[in-house]
Amino acid sequence: MGVPVRRFDAVIVGGGGAGLRAALQLSESGLKTAVLSKVFPTRSHTVAAQGGISASLGNVQEDRWEWHMYDTVKGSDWLGDQDAIEFMCRKAPEAVIELEHFGMPFDRLENGKIYQRPFGGHTQNNGQTPVQRACAAADRTGHAMLHTLYQRNVRANTQFFVEWMALDLIRDADGDVVGVTALEMETGEVFILHAKAVLFATGGAGRIYAASTNAFINTGDGLGMCVRAGIPLEDMEFWQFHPTGVAGAGVLITEGVRGEGGILLNSNGERFMERYAPNLKDLAPRDFVARSMEQEVLEGRGCGPNKDYVLLKLDHLGPDIIKQRLPGIREIAIKFAGVDPIKEPIPVIPTCHYMMGGIPTNYRGEVVIPQGDNPESRVNGFFAAGECACASVHGANRLGTNSLLDLVVFGKSAGDSMVEYIKNEMPTWKDLPADAADRSLARIARLDGQTNGEEVADVRTAMQRTVQARAAVFRNADNLSKGVTEIQQVAERVKRTQIKDKSKVFNTARVEALELENLIEVAVATLIAADARKESRGAHAHADFPNRDDEVWMKHSLYYGDERRLSYKPVHTKPLSVDYIPPKERTF
Amino acid sequence: MKKMRFSIYRYDPDKDAKPYMQDYEVEIGPNDVKLLDVIVKLKTMDDTLSFRRSCREGICGSDAMNINGKNGLACITDIADLAEPITLRPLPGLPVIRDLIVDMTQFFKQYHSIKPYVVNDSPRPERERLQSPEDRKELDGLYECILCACCSTSCPSFWWNPDKFVGPAGLLAAYRFIADTRDEATSERLDNLEDPYRLFRCHSIMNCVDVCPKGLNPTKAIGKIKDLMVRRAV
Repeated sequence: MGVPVRRFDAVIVGGGGAGLRAALQLSESGLKTAVLSKVFPTRSHTVAAQGGISASLGNVQEDRWEWHMYDTVKGSDWLGDQDAIEFMCRKAPEAVIELEHFGMPFDRLENGKIYQRPFGGHTQNNGQTPVQRACAAADRTGHAMLHTLYQRNVRANTQFFVEWMALDLIRDADGDVVGVTALEMETGEVFILHAKAVLFATGGAGRIYAASTNAFINTGDGLGMCVRAGIPLEDMEFWQFHPTGVAGAGVLITEGVRGEGGILLNSNGERFMERYAPNLKDLAPRDFVARSMEQEVLEGRGCGPNKDYVLLKLDHLGPDIIKQRLPGIREIAIKFAGVDPIKEPIPVIPTCHYMMGGIPTNYRGEVVIPQGDNPESRVNGFFAAGECACASVHGANRLGTNSLLDLVVFGKSAGDSMVEYIKNEMPTWKDLPADAADRSLARIARLDGQTNGEEVADVRTAMQRTVQARAAVFRNADNLSKGVTEIQQVAERVKRTQIKDKSKVFNTARVEALELENLIEVAVATLIAADARKESRGAHAHADFPNRDDEVWMKHSLYYGDERRLSYKPVHTKPLSVDYIPPKERTF
Repeated sequence: MKKMRFSIYRYDPDKDAKPYMQDYEVEIGPNDVKLLDVIVKLKTMDDTLSFRRSCREGICGSDAMNINGKNGLACITDIADLAEPITLRPLPGLPVIRDLIVDMTQFFKQYHSIKPYVVNDSPRPERERLQSPEDRKELDGLYECILCACCSTSCPSFWWNPDKFVGPAGLLAAYRFIADTRDEATSERLDNLEDPYRLFRCHSIMNCVDVCPKGLNPTKAIGKIKDLMVRRAV
């Protein structure tokens, strides 16, 4: 088949925070780089992040990166890799200062320094007292950061391929990555992008759940491509439920609201977090707060006609603070909950928000998979960063504001690794395999030719309902094993999806069908990995195994899609320079 | 369940000789609150209906369209506020790729033309560049732009000269960098706009202010740039 080939030194798939930060390293190094994005870069989901980006700048109180590291390890429920966590927390101050130098409009303190607010699980002195570590641009930090990074890429003349959807990863006979296939949405043409190095920065996949804070575009495209190319996915059982999604609408309300002093109330008007987390209260980590909220609802203390949500009260902060620090939240509450938080509390429920797992990488952004005796052998030419990657800094539960930090620290790190790899190891391109585009072309041909198939929307709804019902905040053996069966039945239906739209031009029906093929891989991985983990850790709360079991389960899962099987690899317990932080009971 | 009537602009260059309006009738359920909810539902009935969408909360700027004659974001427009038949057209003044999807090349070209990044060639301090809360406040109402293009495509001056007039979104961004105390290129930025078209085609019609889904005021920002030009001249 005559699929056109375009050649670059590097191809970056994804134009969100991680992709754009990596792109700067590549563009500024003079390498020929293409950034592919399904949407115009400033429409990437990074734009929706609200509360802040963490760094131990110590602008308000004393802070140290070692404390940030401790909080992140404890937040991860000791599933995070301590070398990667040290790397991220040490780099955080310079990463944030760099964003400021790039022009990011951070809020300011009276002395002109960057404003920092409290956030869940951020403490001084290894858990003792809350600290203001979250650097914020009002409650639009993600928007401010993403636009700044895009602007910086305009300055660097980065070459964007806007509204191009990557379809499949191309690996050669050695297993090395030599490019991707991609669909130009406007024309419907498929291209091969031949590259010395490929970075996936494709973001999350929260759309496997029926209720999610995630955008429509968060369909796990990078993960689907990995599964189809034989790359395993790490820790897919761990999904973060953000405590405060708007009840019914799913739209996010930042933890920054509680950082500024907002509190959660049950139907008795009780500030119930005082019972669950006497020290950090409403600012305990997200998994902890989400479970506490669900527990209140289960015990009949939910609010509203169906007693199925709790209330986020912030009117006591006063109109000035709300208008100055939380203007976007006010806008969202008015538009999506029909309440003005200056006067009334916001109805909230825990809502799927973030994927802790993903493509296995090390802190250099290199994709690493088991080969022979080595559990972490590099896949030549393949890199990943951001939410789609699992470094793993978030382990079993991510701390708020560590996601934006992850994007810039590991985006840069992966970009540096790619430059080094291309300059030192890849003087020229490896050959493309003869069948480089076959899988992608077959997927598209199947969709175009499918008759008597199933509606994409119906199958997607079936998937979302299954995941929502079977892999929620509280899990149990019966539910999970049913979920494993059901989701594999849905996966069979995905093979028979049909679209009526056969146009070549901007065919969004085709894009949605292709996205569903990615989502389903993530959904199956999630249920199989969750069903297998017989303990409770971080966001994985298993009723039949309520305790953490470090003896058996302090290990990362690896899911292989071809045989739908799991293997495991050890957690990195050796930080880069400091002492190991051994597991402890996790109370707040 | 209540039914609502829609009239939607359709055009697929692959099969249509010219654009046409298509009527739809759709049942409105309890979860169909925003216009985007209903359009997404319509797409399950007719998967050829094409539009952009992503965040569904008014922050990504994907789903700008012309709604009953006025530009807006479908995801934050309440369905209950709209008169029937709800008439949806692509943003005016830009080439249509398909249905409600327009080619935004010209819009972004103008945005890029104002050098939308902080220019500061002084040596980088080890820490953040200081900025007082008052100076930072100057950026409020400017930096929040989501590049949805509702404003520029409601502006008659942009319709007439999309290649020469920067348009409200681009000029709002230009002032965002002029107003930033960390930026050192004010004079070059003003030079860049000193032109009969680039800035001065704005005749303060204020359609941009009327449609901005984020409540921003490009006309005011343009006025401030014009003031600076005048002050510079005397």
